[in-house]
Amino acid sequence: MAARENDSPLVQVLSTSGLVEPSEAAAEFMPYLDRLTEDDLRRFYRDMVVVRRFDKEAANLQRQGQLALWVPSHGQEAAQVGSAYATRPQDHVFPSYREHVVGMIRGLDLVDILRMLRGVTLGGWTPEDHGNFHLYTLVLASQTLHATGYAMGMQLDGTTATGNPETDEAVIVYYGDGASSQGDANEALVFAASYQTPQVFFLQNNHWAISVPVTRQSRTPLYLRAGGFGMPGTQVDGNDVLASYAVTAKHLDDARAGKGPALIEAMTYRVGAHTTADDPTKYRDPEELAAWVAKDPIVRFRAYLQGLGVEQDFLDAVDEEAEDHAADVRRRALEIRSPERSVIFDNVYAEPHPLIQEQKAWLDRYEASFEGGDA
Amino acid sequence: MSDTIVTETPVREPAASAVPAAASAVPATSANLPMAKALNAGLRQAMLDNPKVLMMGEDIGPLGGVFRVTEGLHAEFGDKRVLDTPLAESGIVGTAIGLALRGYRPVCEIQFDGFVFPGFDQITSQLSRMRNRHEGQVTMPVVIRIPYGGHIGSIEHHQESPEAYFAHTPGLRVVSPSNPHDAYWMMQEAIASDDPIIFFEPKSRYWPKGEVRFGASGIPLHASRVVRAGSDVTLVGHGAMVTVLLQAAELAAVEGISIEVIDLRSISPIDYGPILTSVEKTGHLVVAQEAYGFVSVGSEIAATVTERSFYHLEAPVLRVSGFDTPFPPAAVETHFLPSPDRVLEAVDRSLAY
Repeated sequence: MAARENDSPLVQVLSTSGLVEPSEAAAEFMPYLDRLTEDDLRRFYRDMVVVRRFDKEAANLQRQGQLALWVPSHGQEAAQVGSAYATRPQDHVFPSYREHVVGMIRGLDLVDILRMLRGVTLGGWTPEDHGNFHLYTLVLASQTLHATGYAMGMQLDGTTATGNPETDEAVIVYYGDGASSQGDANEALVFAASYQTPQVFFLQNNHWAISVPVTRQSRTPLYLRAGGFGMPGTQVDGNDVLASYAVTAKHLDDARAGKGPALIEAMTYRVGAHTTADDPTKYRDPEELAAWVAKDPIVRFRAYLQGLGVEQDFLDAVDEEAEDHAADVRRRALEIRSPERSVIFDNVYAEPHPLIQEQKAWLDRYEASFEGGDA
Repeated sequence: MSDTIVTETPVREPAASAVPAAASAVPATSANLPMAKALNAGLRQAMLDNPKVLMMGEDIGPLGGVFRVTEGLHAEFGDKRVLDTPLAESGIVGTAIGLALRGYRPVCEIQFDGFVFPGFDQITSQLSRMRNRHEGQVTMPVVIRIPYGGHIGSIEHHQESPEAYFAHTPGLRVVSPSNPHDAYWMMQEAIASDDPIIFFEPKSRYWPKGEVRFGASGIPLHASRVVRAGSDVTLVGHGAMVTVLLQAAELAAVEGISIEVIDLRSISPIDYGPILTSVEKTGHLVVAQEAYGFVSVGSEIAATVTERSFYHLEAPVLRVSGFDTPFPPAAVETHFLPSPDRVLEAVDRSLAY
């Protein structure tokens, strides 16, 4: 992360010790914090704690053979919680595959994410019934174009930029420093700028694309790329939930108001492994990790809340809720049932397809041909 | 035949006013049009029928596309229905997916066959799988139009036949008309379909004219068709190859060989009914295509017909294809592309068994 200098572009509200010490670049975003009530602040904290505990439980489930893979979000909670709370109900959210708490805030049951990682579905939920939180996309940056196309559709529908922030729609799409190198991410920025889509590109720079550092992806801070595409770019401290909220709120407001797209680079850190198949000790300096752990988003925000006078009982209750939630997730994850084999065929096409129908019928006959086989 | 599609697929109701752009006040019921104009009429009718139908692609607006297939549509429907896009094929397909999620029915033009590959990932990893990934909760009514094939004497990447890549991909439907009338109604059926469709337009057939009968075809999109009846040998092909096969059949008739020609129309799925019926009659099958023969549509048909009609075959199924080389410089393309004579050489070999 850039040093706190007077000319630093970094938008930061909370110091690492949880004091309100806005950076110069934060000035234009500070009014957006006036929207937050103390209840909101408590929710921010609660969601960050709950998802971190969930994250640990999911990793345990994977280690115990109950999930094919787990994708931890440890360390990135503030960037995700802050940006997610800046969305409005009518907005659409296109995640990559690490935005668990964004889904939770939009109304997704986190067990639905585990269904995909347990191998019982390729998706897991219906976006329109879960806060317009679209499916995870596993080919990096592919979703940036889907998001841009969706935002173009909002423009064609005339459901954005009408001047009514209660109904005007926008899109937020999540991707990362690794995905920023993909052609699709760059084509999405070109299309978004060209059509002036109501859209925020939320780039979580967690500094590592599996084992490759962000310095291999870019020689320039990633938020600066926005200027080359013709849109505003803002670099925010992604471990500062208030700054993440304020920056996203402003750019989403602007998007809904017809001012076009923007790029946010949230500086954060993937504290855990890329996935449970990864071993970061093989490529990462432990001192770098320690330096980022010292900037932990939850520790920082807890100190801030305590400074506000939030009582210990609340903090303890959140810890207890997180434990209960994790236990509930574990119980329900183990109850996830495999789908019928017909799922292989049923949704490949919307309209009848003779080859698929024939193969489905053949598999049924084949299975039925065994003693005790079902038809 | 259980695998014949003809009787099962619902046929959509036509709209009333299928009229080419320049028609007089009295709607014509038919016209003599080149395929490019027939496609244009089909696109226009689809846009009239459904306000959710959009055109998007490179140079398709005021220019009307490099082949003029979208000519006049921008003037008539405006830039919210006909989108000149940035020059990026993955961007075109990827944003079309987003628009389809939003409820639109995008029709994307890829400028030339060899330019589809920058969009290949979005087509094969995203477009084709969206519905399946969503457990059937969304549809992907996207049409990707691709002018394809040789015989136009052009430069590299402008004469390719990449249809097998897409036919190999679950979740896509792949079609190619051979004549102006089929182009007209197949385009409308493709746009009306809730599945993603790769629509290969044989660009060497863009300009020869043929009768186009406006209104409903009454034919399912994926029905293959016997275009010439015969009794000695069955020839199967699609797109521009159908014309070559008909020429071969004419030449063979002079020598007393009766050839049946089948136009596939659809490459995925393949309507095997008419093919198997024909092979049961002739016992001889030759499949022809401009594409490379290795792992091709022709290979697939040869394997399937052998599996299903083995006892009716009197000779191995033979393939006539482009060679397994990059499409050559145009100066030698006639040696690369299957000609009527090359088709007849295979017919002779088949009959010699």
